[in-house]
Amino acid sequence: MDLTVAWAFIIAFAVFAYVVMDGFDLGIGILFPTVTVGHGRNRAMNSIAPVWDGNETWLVLGGGGLLAAFPLAYAVVLPATYPLIIAMLLGLVFRGVAFEFRWRDERHRGFWDLAFFAGSLVAAMSQGMVLGALIQGIEVSDRAYAGSWWDWLTPYTLLTGLGTVAGYALLGSTWMIWKLSGEVQEHAYRLATRAAVATLVLMALVSVYNLAMLDAYRARWLEMPNILFASQVPLLTLIIAVALFQSLRKRRELAPFLLSLALFLLGMAGLGITIWPNVVPPGITIWDAAAPERSQAFMLVGVAIAMPLILAYTAWAYWVFRGKVGTDGYH
Amino acid sequence: MPDLDALLLARIQFAFTVSFHFIFPSFSIGLASYLMVLEGLWLKTGRQRYLDLFRFWLKIFAVAFVMGVVSGIVMSYEFGTNWAVFSDRAGPVIGPLMAYEVLTAFFLEAGFLGVMLFGMNRVGKGLHFAATCMVALGTFISAFWILSVNSWMQTPAGYEIAANGQFLPGPSWLAIIFNPSFPFRLLHTVTAAYLTTAFVVGGVGAWHLLRNRTDRHARTMFSMAMWMAAIVAPVQIVLGDIHGLNTLEHQPAKVMAMEGHFQSHPDGAPLILFGIPDSEAGTVRFAVEIPKASSLILKHDPDAPLAGLDTVPQQDRPPVGIVFWSFRIMVGIGLAMLGMGLWSLLARMRGRLYDSPLLHRAALVMSPAGFVAVIAGWITTEVGRQPWTVYGLMRTAESASPLAAPAVASSLAAFVVVYFAVFGAGVWYILRLMAGGVQSGESGPDAGVAGPIRTAGITPAAQATSSGSPRSEQEVAP
Repeated sequence: MDLTVAWAFIIAFAVFAYVVMDGFDLGIGILFPTVTVGHGRNRAMNSIAPVWDGNETWLVLGGGGLLAAFPLAYAVVLPATYPLIIAMLLGLVFRGVAFEFRWRDERHRGFWDLAFFAGSLVAAMSQGMVLGALIQGIEVSDRAYAGSWWDWLTPYTLLTGLGTVAGYALLGSTWMIWKLSGEVQEHAYRLATRAAVATLVLMALVSVYNLAMLDAYRARWLEMPNILFASQVPLLTLIIAVALFQSLRKRRELAPFLLSLALFLLGMAGLGITIWPNVVPPGITIWDAAAPERSQAFMLVGVAIAMPLILAYTAWAYWVFRGKVGTDGYH
Repeated sequence: MPDLDALLLARIQFAFTVSFHFIFPSFSIGLASYLMVLEGLWLKTGRQRYLDLFRFWLKIFAVAFVMGVVSGIVMSYEFGTNWAVFSDRAGPVIGPLMAYEVLTAFFLEAGFLGVMLFGMNRVGKGLHFAATCMVALGTFISAFWILSVNSWMQTPAGYEIAANGQFLPGPSWLAIIFNPSFPFRLLHTVTAAYLTTAFVVGGVGAWHLLRNRTDRHARTMFSMAMWMAAIVAPVQIVLGDIHGLNTLEHQPAKVMAMEGHFQSHPDGAPLILFGIPDSEAGTVRFAVEIPKASSLILKHDPDAPLAGLDTVPQQDRPPVGIVFWSFRIMVGIGLAMLGMGLWSLLARMRGRLYDSPLLHRAALVMSPAGFVAVIAGWITTEVGRQPWTVYGLMRTAESASPLAAPAVASSLAAFVVVYFAVFGAGVWYILRLMAGGVQSGESGPDAGVAGPIRTAGITPAAQATSSGSPRSEQEVAP
């Protein structure tokens, strides 16, 4: 077993876990201004208050894991997207503190709600644009970023940014459908339909753009025999999309959230197929960027022992706060 | 290689963000343990007073912890954004240690924090106490790993150097983790966090005692904090001394800067108490010194020779002025803490611990002292490490990302504005919570007037329930 491949999957898992878990709470932040002030907002906030910190820890694992397993990728991508990363971090500062601060200062609750919204939006947009900047390729020479500090800003990265915002909004709204009831839930159903449309349109646009952008990407997707395997991803996406709209129409409560997760999983799989085996397209493969075997093996022991425990107590924490917020609240 | 201005800006940005960040964990490490003790005492004795105190400090903990989290995420990415060359070269060695911090500490804290803050009535007392213990344990494990990383940068060990300049792990990870300065730095830093928290708790107790001497909650807080000061402050001074001796062995130039020893002293070095170091002239002006005392402290022999910075090449010397002063601030505060501890013992023996306004005023003045000492100590050790990121092996000047100065200047400006505004507000909220004092039947973050969970589906009758209500007492009394 190639340790580097194993680590590529571990990092991908951490990124996926982050994207779907922080995705729904960033999504609630993005939708926050549309939720009614008072009970609606308070309940939306309460539905994620006990778990948001754990969700965000996956982002630290993604960053820390990248530094540990693929230090060259970490050292190239972060300077290449410097303004985006700084914007994301500051966005996360604002929306993170809002969880506590809005309860400590009734007079400025409006301000902290705004901070929660703007911080979530900026963080989501930045994350999507970092992803886009990675896929469109990063200029590297002599183990260092060699481009200018605005290279990341292109129409393509704007699309991936918006796609991420829409996707998070979809996760956030379907989470609210699951965890809330009454008027807020009704509102969430309306939001979810719109967010689903936006997400799917942007996913399609990004996919077409990918094919047009690089010959290598086109070859990966469209040549035989690749197309036989790769085409399963858009086909499945279509099926999931239909199921999602049906579940929303039938007023199902849990299914829309799970189907949105599946959409994200397919999106990630698509991106993986696109860039594999590069970690920083076009030139750095996972093996170029890999840390030595001793580093990867040492960490793999840690992951093998800690990850099942982490998943277990995280699941327990979600279980403790199960059920609707509002029918049997948290006390 | 970035130009000089970009390098300086990157250093200022890192110093700024890490100093701000460090304030919060140095408080939450101690506070998590204090909360564990309070909840444990409540479970053991069943006294409402401990539960009130627990809930009071839990609300403060929540605000401090959230600021530690968001400022900490910044740190985990700043290695890559601003110190890319360092990350690429040292990543194979320090990266796994930081990954272990995430796996064994951050998830533990975050996973159980929700239950600790909001889950008392959902999981029962025993499990809730277990969650509190896990959060406290998480803060300690986090300190363990990140201080191991920091210590490795100070006293690198167990590495090999690859052809491309990367540091690679040697055969033993234990040699890397338990590098020579790590055990001392860990003990000294964690103890500092406990002392910092003790003086904050003592200050809050003192503030309320000054307003009402019979306040039972304030008495308990003040008494517990002063026990900590009396017992832990002397321990910390001994630990600091041992840590200093370890630094002398592995990073002598840092100790020379701390002591202000520009010249070598072949037969006994003086202890310079105060003075103004002048690096250009290579002397300490207006020095007030005790002859031979430095050799006595560092070598346990008044006549032992001590080398000075004149033995270190110019380009390898740390900046003396900052290190010299920050060290004195830290030591001065340490001695003042010792004084507080002794004073409180005296007052306690005379039975006047709660009736001595002067003592309470002093405790109030000293309440933020721990933070100043922690930052000063941090500056001493980090600036004293210069001009290296990996001591003796990799220079700070060759560690930075290839970023243009305007990019770093903009981000630095943004960090300064946002941190002062956001964390300023957070500190204000904490002070307001502290000033409010502990109520009998104190509400938790899950049930308080302003608690995040209160509004979740409550009936009008329950809405009337606020702090001090009989309902919340009945619900939670053991």
